Amino acid sequence: MNANLVKRTLAAVVATGALALGMGAAQAEDVKAGFVYVGPIGDHGWSYRHDIGRQAIEAALGDNATTSYVESVPEGADAERVIRQLAQTGHNLIFTTSFGFMNPTVKVAKQFPNVKFEHATGYKRDANVSTYAARFYEGRYVAGVIAGKMTKSNIVGYVGSFPIPEVVRGINAFMLGAWSVNPDVKVKIVWANTWYDPGKEGDAAKALIDQGADIMVQHTDSPAPLQVAENRGVVGFGQASDMIKFAPKAQLTAIVDHWDEYYVARAKAVMDGTWESIDTWGGIDSGMVDMAPYTNMPDDVKALAEETEAKIASGEIHPFAGPIYDQAGELRIKEGEDATDEMLLGMDWYIKGIDAELPK
Amino acid sequence: MDWLIPLILTVITASTPLLLASTGELITEKSGVLNLGVEGMMLVGAISGFAVTASSGSAILGILAAIIAGMLMSLIFAFLTLTLMANQVATGLALTIFGVGFSALVGSGFVGFAIEPLPGLHIPVLTDIPLVGEILFGQDFLVYLSIVMVIAVGFFLSRTRGGLILKAVGDSHHSAHAIGYSVIKIRYMATMFGGAMAGLAGAYLSLSYTPMWAENMTAGRGWIALALVVFATWRPGRLLAGAYMFGLISVLQLHAQSAGVHVPSQFMSMLPYLATVIVLVIISSDRAKIRLNAPACIGQAFRPAQ
Amino acid sequence: MVRLEPRRQHSQAMVYLSPVLAILMTLIVGGIIFSFMGKNPFDALYTFFILPINNSYGISELFVKATPLVIIAIGLSMGFRANVWNIGAEGQLTMGAIFGGGLALYFYDSESMFLLPAMFVLGAIGGAFWGAIPALLRTRFNANEILTSLMLTYVATLFLSFLVHGPWRNPEGFNFPESRPFPDAGLLPVIYDGTRVHLGTAFAVLVVIAGWILLSKSVIGFQLRVVGKAPQAARHVGFRQKRMVWFTLLLGGALSGLAGLFEVAGPIGQLQPAISPGYGFTAIIVAFLGRLHPLGVLFGGLIMALTYLGGELAQITLGLPNAVTGLFQGILLFFLLACDVLTKYRVRFGTPAAKGEAA
Repeated sequence: MNANLVKRTLAAVVATGALALGMGAAQAEDVKAGFVYVGPIGDHGWSYRHDIGRQAIEAALGDNATTSYVESVPEGADAERVIRQLAQTGHNLIFTTSFGFMNPTVKVAKQFPNVKFEHATGYKRDANVSTYAARFYEGRYVAGVIAGKMTKSNIVGYVGSFPIPEVVRGINAFMLGAWSVNPDVKVKIVWANTWYDPGKEGDAAKALIDQGADIMVQHTDSPAPLQVAENRGVVGFGQASDMIKFAPKAQLTAIVDHWDEYYVARAKAVMDGTWESIDTWGGIDSGMVDMAPYTNMPDDVKALAEETEAKIASGEIHPFAGPIYDQAGELRIKEGEDATDEMLLGMDWYIKGIDAELPK
Repeated sequence: MDWLIPLILTVITASTPLLLASTGELITEKSGVLNLGVEGMMLVGAISGFAVTASSGSAILGILAAIIAGMLMSLIFAFLTLTLMANQVATGLALTIFGVGFSALVGSGFVGFAIEPLPGLHIPVLTDIPLVGEILFGQDFLVYLSIVMVIAVGFFLSRTRGGLILKAVGDSHHSAHAIGYSVIKIRYMATMFGGAMAGLAGAYLSLSYTPMWAENMTAGRGWIALALVVFATWRPGRLLAGAYMFGLISVLQLHAQSAGVHVPSQFMSMLPYLATVIVLVIISSDRAKIRLNAPACIGQAFRPAQ
Repeated sequence: MVRLEPRRQHSQAMVYLSPVLAILMTLIVGGIIFSFMGKNPFDALYTFFILPINNSYGISELFVKATPLVIIAIGLSMGFRANVWNIGAEGQLTMGAIFGGGLALYFYDSESMFLLPAMFVLGAIGGAFWGAIPALLRTRFNANEILTSLMLTYVATLFLSFLVHGPWRNPEGFNFPESRPFPDAGLLPVIYDGTRVHLGTAFAVLVVIAGWILLSKSVIGFQLRVVGKAPQAARHVGFRQKRMVWFTLLLGGALSGLAGLFEVAGPIGQLQPAISPGYGFTAIIVAFLGRLHPLGVLFGGLIMALTYLGGELAQITLGLPNAVTGLFQGILLFFLLACDVLTKYRVRFGTPAAKGEAA
């Protein structure tokens, strides 16, 4: 144990020295990137999209980058070991891609100061821990605008996973978008209590359509709700990936998770020695939130959607521009102000007009 | 009444995979074999059905592949537990671990593939009957098959010699052996029937319920199917009722949420599980009846005395 | 013609040899699979079995991973001996974490040295409470515990989800679904510096020893052994089945509850929606791998834990997908379970003397 410790300390000293030398000579360091996924890459959803980003690193950096991943890592005691094993096996850039990996990431990062860590969707940072997430709510606002135009029954069905700020924020943004063009839209929400159960997600979609919804929105991972929409002759939005193959007649657009550029940029930063701990929350403008082609809608709606997308990218539209009231009628965002990132990050209230209740 | 018909349609699709898998497991258990690997067999059935359908374009071939795949999975189990007398509970769980891994490996090339869902029946006049037309005459054939199979199994168990033999093997393997029945052979067949039905249930998921392949897409339905056999106290009639009750409550809670019932959704999601327990408690109170139905030798290895 | 011939006595040699044989066969079959996947089979097998434990940290992690499996499996194995099919240990684990963890959250600024012991007690009570429901339903209403214990698992998991998404959410955690971190007084002390080996691991060893003593020295242990070997005989002697049901479900529940508490008060340090990757189910396999004997369970738990660690490393260093880990784990289990037959039977070549089962 002691001998080991000495060895490790020595190794660390040598490594630090080498790093200092390397930086002095501005020599490029090869990237060995490790990824920790919460689900299987075969989920065709969240983890699948991160793996596409991993492949982008290999494609972009060629021989200078190697990557590896561990999939289906439970968000319990195992995460810390997996992250540490990645750090111990020479990975110098580690992406941990689920909120539940936050504490283990920060903990391991303290013990490996020379390894860079990137944690998705969390809020704890350190000298060698960056955080990143995407402003998917911007995409949901665009989707809301389309829905407001497309709905005939004025009822939107929303399949949620769990009532966490990310999902609540998405519902709010969607409804703000819908109301910007059609104040009569109502939303019905079903919580599937799972991120991933195609059958259950599909059943939730059926229940919503049976109760009059003619637009299907989902914040769960599988294409099942959209497939149901296709089958029942209503329209909806894809999640995480472009799901047009599953619903050629029903998909209006999809809010695509697009990590490629960010991942490549961060890997390059490690290569160049320019990596710094940052907090990235990329929206449509950054490319992290990517809208799949607008289909199955009239040209004027398509034009409006494209315009909205462009305006959000340019900053002309902020989905959460005040005044915004919560359900109790309390003014949360003042006239002329936009929601702060902190407010968005922890959003646990519905905006006024949503007829549903959040579990407290 | 507008909502009732679609509700029933949703319940049918939610219940069918449970019914298919549990009908198979019922026969397996009646022969005295407890195969906890239903989830794994379903997954392998689901990917086999999907892969063959996607490659060949023929859903019939896909369904056949799923049946065969389920049977092969159950053969692994049967060989280990019946021939080598390995522990059934542990082997079944190992089969599920194996099936999850195997299906994911085979399926990695099929993620993101879309296929045409199984077509529903359409009989010009009958399907168009208002109200009941679509429910009775508009389903895909696996739905009808699930009903036919559970009735056939009921008939087989109560009215045929084969059924009597199967029950004898499950209730007292030594007596059955003494009379001259081949206990092991019969158990092999019963286990393979269970595998075939689990494979079918998997195919229903990947070809009809949600026509796609994604890892672990059964999401625990194999476990529910197992529980339903116990719930039914090993009787096909109750199995049908149990599968549909479970499906009904699962779907109803979604409808209730959608209609705006203000109860935390986690409690709504608990309802199907709680209801199953409560109903089981009510129907289990009659001790004598359950004794008659539960296969006495369930889970026990059999080795003929020499 | 190969056939099996029963041994008069269990072969002591085979008790130890059969797992070795199983592992050898797994190595051969696993090696073939890895070659097919384009990997060097020796590298792959080394990664699965040696690499995870070729350093002291790896060994410590093996203990951390095996701790909940062993604790739960000891409890379950008592039940399985008595034909009590508790397959809801996962739910009992969750309830233990909720009860014990709830106390830590209630006294979230406590520095009392009594907090941790009190959490142990509540964790055990929580698990035992969740095990008592199937026990009550079985003894009072004759409801089969396979179903009730399994269904209650889903209920417990959803209840934990409700708590961490709602009332027990960390008020300083930006409304993310996690509780406050437990206070230091509510965290298990690490018993070996620089690792995650915590008090729960020491407890697991105690449970193994206690289970052994219970089984070999106590009256109820004697009953369990008899019931396991000859259920008919046990019935004749008049062992009270109801008492067995209560005893094993309460014991199994309490131990599972403690295992859950150790996870949240140990490596996790707070309550969150996912606290166990199915330890309660995996422990069922561990119990049988260990042939329902406490010492066997200890080894079963370590082997099972090793395959998880090896699977992680195989993904990292070889780029094998997680699916291969599952496949490999399944094959290893198949062989381990199949080779068990050698303890009770002898393999004979040639035609059977008596007319037996050919299949």
